[in-house]
Amino acid sequence: MDYLDHLEAEAIYILREVAAQFEHPALLFSGGKDSITLVHLALKAFRPGKFPFPLVHIDTGHNFPETIVFRDWLVEQIGEKLIVGYVQDSIDQGKVVEQRGKNASRNALQTTTLLDTITQYGFDACIGGARRDEEKARAKERIFSVRDEFGQWDPKRQRPELWNILNGKIHKGENVRVFPISNWTELDVWNYIKREKIALPSIYFSHEREVVLRNGQWMATAPFLQIDEEDIVDHKSVRFRTVGDMTCTASVDSVATELDDIIAEIKASTVSERGARLDDKVSEAAMEERKKQGYF
Amino acid sequence: MNILKFITAGSVDDGKSTLIGRLLYDTNSILDDQLEAIKNANRKNNDGTVDLAILTDGLKAEREQGITIDVAYKYFQTENRKFIIADAPGHIQYTRNMVTGASNSDLIIILIDARKGVIEQTKRHSFLAKLLSIKKVLVCINKMDMVDYDESVYENIKKDYTALAGRLALSDVDFIPVSALRGDNIVHESAHLSWHKGPSLLTYLENIVIEEQQETASWRFPVQWVVRPQTDALHDYRGYAGRVIGAGLQVGEEVVILPSGTRTSIKAIELNQENLLQAENGQSIILHLADDVDVSRGDIITSVNNQPHASRGFSANICWFDTRSLDDSQVYLLQNHTATTKVKIADIAYKYDVNTQEKIFNDTQVHLNDIARISVRAANDVVFDLSSDFPENARAILIDPRTNLTVAAALIETAE
Repeated sequence: MDYLDHLEAEAIYILREVAAQFEHPALLFSGGKDSITLVHLALKAFRPGKFPFPLVHIDTGHNFPETIVFRDWLVEQIGEKLIVGYVQDSIDQGKVVEQRGKNASRNALQTTTLLDTITQYGFDACIGGARRDEEKARAKERIFSVRDEFGQWDPKRQRPELWNILNGKIHKGENVRVFPISNWTELDVWNYIKREKIALPSIYFSHEREVVLRNGQWMATAPFLQIDEEDIVDHKSVRFRTVGDMTCTASVDSVATELDDIIAEIKASTVSERGARLDDKVSEAAMEERKKQGYF
Repeated sequence: MNILKFITAGSVDDGKSTLIGRLLYDTNSILDDQLEAIKNANRKNNDGTVDLAILTDGLKAEREQGITIDVAYKYFQTENRKFIIADAPGHIQYTRNMVTGASNSDLIIILIDARKGVIEQTKRHSFLAKLLSIKKVLVCINKMDMVDYDESVYENIKKDYTALAGRLALSDVDFIPVSALRGDNIVHESAHLSWHKGPSLLTYLENIVIEEQQETASWRFPVQWVVRPQTDALHDYRGYAGRVIGAGLQVGEEVVILPSGTRTSIKAIELNQENLLQAENGQSIILHLADDVDVSRGDIITSVNNQPHASRGFSANICWFDTRSLDDSQVYLLQNHTATTKVKIADIAYKYDVNTQEKIFNDTQVHLNDIARISVRAANDVVFDLSSDFPENARAILIDPRTNLTVAAALIETAE
């Protein structure tokens, strides 16, 4: 079997295990290429039936507008249910406090909204598009990864996971994060998107955009991004290699307008995908700390 | 292009993480920002070179203590192959994490420190390799630079290990002398080791062929999920979703559903809403049967010509993972593929001494990291093969229903 067929078959198997082992699963959908790939895999796993889970989007309110347009289009196309949890609601309810200043981001606030959404709908399994090659704490993650009733990950006490036998047994209040594309690399995802002709939000492709220099990286300008006279603002030909919140996702210089160009660009790249993610650069253990709190 | 999944196992400080770091570094698989992060972390070897182990030690606790606690997965590719590496802990305390990585690997690299030779952890990991029936064993004798690249040191360790492999009935073992720290024989062949006639580690990994299937083997289809759209247009649609184990499954074939024993035949094989005439090993498909029979999750569909066992009793080798010892008055859950059954441990026949590979009959308390032979009684028929016949269908885990933890890995050895 070709490696993409192998990865696809493994992911479909995992998705079906989720459907069979849990009462109230959900697919966490960010609008990024990895979760779009998950939706495509779910179509393969469950059609001609319906998805046995809704899509759940945790909306920071600071998304790229293109992502939201795409999200709504995709949900319409596939005819599945979408649930949105709003970080703004968590702020309005006083559960989290918005950061201030130029580097303010809602990235960390998402965790509270996510955990509240999980509790509100009683989700016992949340499928995510995280991959082990992205980041070194994620490289440690199981396929079925148990979170305690506070949403916490305990990396020192992970369950053994033998062969392809997935133990989804949990106590009430706990939930499992499930990562069907754990074993995919960034390049695998792009090769798969190309092979399967999967549609993506336009920001993944090169476009002209107003950008502002922040901490050595070019960020897209947005109404909620604080910009003053000292900032350097420019128009550049860019694309986004990962798609998170606008406040923490930097652009990369690119003229890649086709999938083949993107694949060539990634093959030649000397920085990693998450090199453009400011949220990972806070400290050596930034991702691990956030994951322990319940982050994706 | 195909994928090779391998695991590196060795004792603490045998240089596992350094070996992986070297493979990644010398194949240009480490990107600038990752290298920058390593340099910033300011962890250096004694000679001032960058400590490549930090690439795989992804947890804060691991970096603090300079040890590997849990398995880390790393990915790289060359022109010829894609690789998934499981970097597993060497500490006996974390054996269950090592087993997690090993259970999904085609090949195990057993790392031996040239200065220390075959030690207890070498024996434990080799024992586990045999227990888990990993298809290929490669012994890397590391730190050759510390013994002046002396061929006789290598030959002596090779002789010791060959004797161990004989006692364990591990067949087909290969050996490569390396220095992960210096990069000798990892990606490039080394002048220091010119006496060794054989490929570098990377060349070996790129070319090794893993045997997929024995000729006599058949196929098994554990049912995961029943697809029933229940719409007007697809009112009668009923498909059984699952992943194929083995080869030969084809349309028209006469099949039996176990444990019920009901017979029917395959009407259609569906993959991504297209019909196939036959399915291959590892494909996630949907089967349609000719008759409207009772099939649910946990059942195994199989060819009538080659059937697994369906029995309430069997013996198995287990590796125990829980700090709470095995309790033979307790009910456990046995999960094999998609089936879950209540079981009791009827007998603890013996434990294995991993050092001497001998059976211990007078101590039958099974504690954390122990390997033992047990007899199991199940509440219902369990459908399984023997590890000597069809290892992919001889695998199971034990779950403690009090904690929901996976407490043991089991390989079924005999039907009772």
